[in-house]
Amino acid sequence: MRLTALLVAALCWLAPLPSLAQEAARIVAENRAQIEKPSRQTIGPVIAELAGSGDAMADDILSAWADRRLVIRKSDGAMFVAAAEGEGLALTALDGTPAGTAASGDLTELKPNAGVRRLIATALVQFTLSDPDPSQRQAALASIAQDPTADALEPLRAAIATETDPALKARKQRLERLLTLRFDPSSAARVAAIDSFGADIGLDLRGALNPLVATTRIASATPPEGNVARELRLGTDIPEDEAYALLVAANLAPARLTLEEQRAALLANLQDGMVGGVPLAELDSQAARDRAYTALEASGAVPVAATDGEARAVLATVKFYEVHAEPDPAVTSAAQAALDRIGTAVGVMQTADLGLDALSLASIYFLAAIGLAITFGVMGVINMAHGEFITIGAYTGFVVQLFVPDLTLSILIALPLAFAVTFGGGVAMERLVIRHLYKRPLETLLATFGISIALQQILKNVFGTQARPLTSPAWLDGAWVLNDVVSISYIRIAIFVLALVFLAFFLWLMKRTRLGLEVRAVTQNPTMAASMGINPDRINMLTFGLGSGIAGIAGVAIGLFAKVTSELGTDYIVQSFMTVVVGGVGSIWGTLAGATMIGSFQKVIEFFNPSNTLAAQTYMILFIILFIQFRPRGIIALRGRAAGD
Amino acid sequence: MTLLQPRHRSALIFIACLAVFTIAVTIAAQFGLVSTSFVKTLGKTLCLCLAALAMDLIWGYAGILSLGHMAFFALGGYMIGMWLMYARTEEIVVASLLNGGLPATPEEISQGIATQIFGVVGASDLPAIWSFAYSLPLQLALVVLVPGVLALVFGWLAFRSRVTGVYLSILTQAMTLALALYLFQNDSGLRGNNGLSGLQNLPGVTASQDAVSLWFFWASAAALAVAYLTLHAIVSGKFGSVIRAIRDDEARVRFLGYSVEGYKLFVFTLTAVICALAGALYYPQAGIINPAELAPIASIYLAVWVAIGGRGRLYGAVIGAAIVSLLSSWFTGGRVPSIPLGFATINWVDWWLVLLGLTFVCVTLFAPKGIGGLFDRFAGVHAPDRKGAPLGPDQGSLMEQEAKE
Repeated sequence: MRLTALLVAALCWLAPLPSLAQEAARIVAENRAQIEKPSRQTIGPVIAELAGSGDAMADDILSAWADRRLVIRKSDGAMFVAAAEGEGLALTALDGTPAGTAASGDLTELKPNAGVRRLIATALVQFTLSDPDPSQRQAALASIAQDPTADALEPLRAAIATETDPALKARKQRLERLLTLRFDPSSAARVAAIDSFGADIGLDLRGALNPLVATTRIASATPPEGNVARELRLGTDIPEDEAYALLVAANLAPARLTLEEQRAALLANLQDGMVGGVPLAELDSQAARDRAYTALEASGAVPVAATDGEARAVLATVKFYEVHAEPDPAVTSAAQAALDRIGTAVGVMQTADLGLDALSLASIYFLAAIGLAITFGVMGVINMAHGEFITIGAYTGFVVQLFVPDLTLSILIALPLAFAVTFGGGVAMERLVIRHLYKRPLETLLATFGISIALQQILKNVFGTQARPLTSPAWLDGAWVLNDVVSISYIRIAIFVLALVFLAFFLWLMKRTRLGLEVRAVTQNPTMAASMGINPDRINMLTFGLGSGIAGIAGVAIGLFAKVTSELGTDYIVQSFMTVVVGGVGSIWGTLAGATMIGSFQKVIEFFNPSNTLAAQTYMILFIILFIQFRPRGIIALRGRAAGD
Repeated sequence: MTLLQPRHRSALIFIACLAVFTIAVTIAAQFGLVSTSFVKTLGKTLCLCLAALAMDLIWGYAGILSLGHMAFFALGGYMIGMWLMYARTEEIVVASLLNGGLPATPEEISQGIATQIFGVVGASDLPAIWSFAYSLPLQLALVVLVPGVLALVFGWLAFRSRVTGVYLSILTQAMTLALALYLFQNDSGLRGNNGLSGLQNLPGVTASQDAVSLWFFWASAAALAVAYLTLHAIVSGKFGSVIRAIRDDEARVRFLGYSVEGYKLFVFTLTAVICALAGALYYPQAGIINPAELAPIASIYLAVWVAIGGRGRLYGAVIGAAIVSLLSSWFTGGRVPSIPLGFATINWVDWWLVLLGLTFVCVTLFAPKGIGGLFDRFAGVHAPDRKGAPLGPDQGSLMEQEAKE
């Protein structure tokens, strides 16, 4: 049964096609005279009939007509659609059948005038808007949205009712409202369209509304005609220089004399060492030059130009207004109200976006600092080479990608490999250097700094100074877009997740494992721990290796979004130490709090001054220095024995 | 006759050596044996020695490992650089306006100067911090005042809240970084990362660079000598005893009734001012200053010089700074022959930093006295036998091997 019904439906849908194929040709034949000599006033119904015929050829005929490719064969007067082919033209009959070729000399082109062509174009828009192919309809919508015109409004309205695809229908309706609010002749309809959007934050809406509230500044002695936005107060709303420039542009005042012009004019009128009666040697002050110029003006030697006093006098006689380009006050006030609503909504969204940004920056700082939270926070060892371990991790990822072309696989290999490499480096460093310098933190700082510059230079020698790419797999590309304002790239989400994983790992390691217990015992009291059978040397070595290894993994993660150079780690080292110190030495929650605070603070400063990340970093460091004044032990200060006093 | 006491002997020897060195270089320069650029290098090295001297006072004697003193050095350079650049540009602008036919108005001159100096960062007004740049005495006062006040405020904040040891080091490093980042901005009013340039041209001086470089060399030597004697007087008196005691055991000094914070603040500010003066002498010889000069790494190098020279000895700091910075410019100058190893070639321009870093680790580990230890050996000074214990519980205290008996 169902099959039969389907077949019937299919037949019904197919059946009209053959008869429709003649439809366009019939309409053209009936209105042949009008089509050959079209007039803009009368051709409308014909075009509408063609467009409404439902014939697939109507589209071709109309576009050919507009493009001057609708031709009449001189020999028999038959009408064809022509297309350039080699020397001559390929002809297609109006019912769609090919009709051979002809030389262009044998044909007469129909040349509709501009008004008619515009009518045809409008009809064509409607055509594509009702095209059976959804992708065609989508393309037509996109092109209207990109270049909205008043002409598109009517065809768009006509095309809504017949739309079957719900998504496209919604787009059409939205576009129709966007066009209505700009081009509809009725003021009420426009206001209704504006209000119908509410606090929609789409960029297309803001793009449509902003021109409605655009203003120009004019100078006028009397209140001007038109849609006046407000009167400008001189000095507060509009600077005097700008106001005077408006006057000059409106030919209401002479141009102000620039210093260079004055200078040139004075030089041109230099006679016998005097200019306008003032000796040359005295012209080394502005007052003397003005005096000389005024004298020249009086004698008519130079054109009259406004001095400061004259300019001020002219300004006092004129008032300045901001005038809307849009003549309808109801529309402008509705648009302004809508923009205000949108501004509030966008503000909320921006705050949310800022929150996401801050969170992702915080996780980067946390990731860079978590290794330090172990070596510095738990063990109390200042490791200035920590940044180089981050760099080594990133370079490990780069080297792995040289050998493993599959990006996902290469990252999966790089993470443990980076851990292994930097773990080994950390253990070697602890055995060779740091072991001898426990209890001498300042010497440790300097010795590890020596290692840091040596490592950095070695990396530079090996990998060169140019940035090396560490490419993230394709599934990490792109961003999670919530709306036009709020979005976050997948790579930042991945880093956030990685930071959470490390936090969990650290907590598990320290609180739930034998190693963590021994680490805590050794840091609190090495002698007592040793007498309990723990080998402090081994624990110190492992802990330091672990901290360095985590730095390596962080390096791979940071390398995915930052440029991998030998100075990668240096950019993070001071921030990382700050994170640990601000958070509170010895507490992982403190490091988390420190990273969150520094990350959010930096983003907030950047929000107020987006062009200047340098300033953001400067103020952040100042803030940290002040913060440490009030909480010298950081946000989360350990107390009692754990504090190590 | 107190100067001839044994404890002043090192100072006398140092001044004598410096005098001989200065005279030798002057004579060599007169006969064309050393190039102008080498005289400049030597003059700059003397300024670095001066900064190292200050670093030794704050770290070697007071136990405060400041990683921010090169920031004061660079600030001093910026302050003198502002005057040099302003005055030099003024000369040029006035000369070019004179060619224009009319005598220049003050507005035209200042406008011309501002455009000349700030055109490079797209501004045409002199920022407020250049208000005093027209006057040498005022700007010289700023050389002392700006770094001095900064050090005073920063030190007061830090010492007041008892930030010590590595925390203070990190905090000073953060201060340096903040300052450097601030100066890197174009709207900081100091030409962003272009810095100030053309500082080697002294306004109003027509003498050749040969003569000018010698003048600066003498000035640097004189400044070093004066500073050495001053610091020597400070550290060999009672004040020196107190700050050494603060270095080794701060709490005990506090309990004895001394104002530890006051002493620290004085030393911190004094050394900052000395560094600023050194910078003010250094940058006219270098000719250019930009924010990269106060990157945190520069201050760490200062500590490295002092450590290699031997901290807690004034001559050690000077020797360390001189040797390391001269070696550094020799190695990075590309005149050291490369060492072919068969599979690779050691090109010293690339590998010098590796050598320096590793040397530094070795000095820290095996020779805490640094080069100064050699002099102790000649002089028959031995380390006390403290069974491996440092002089005090504080982080900056001298280790057993570093101390003198």
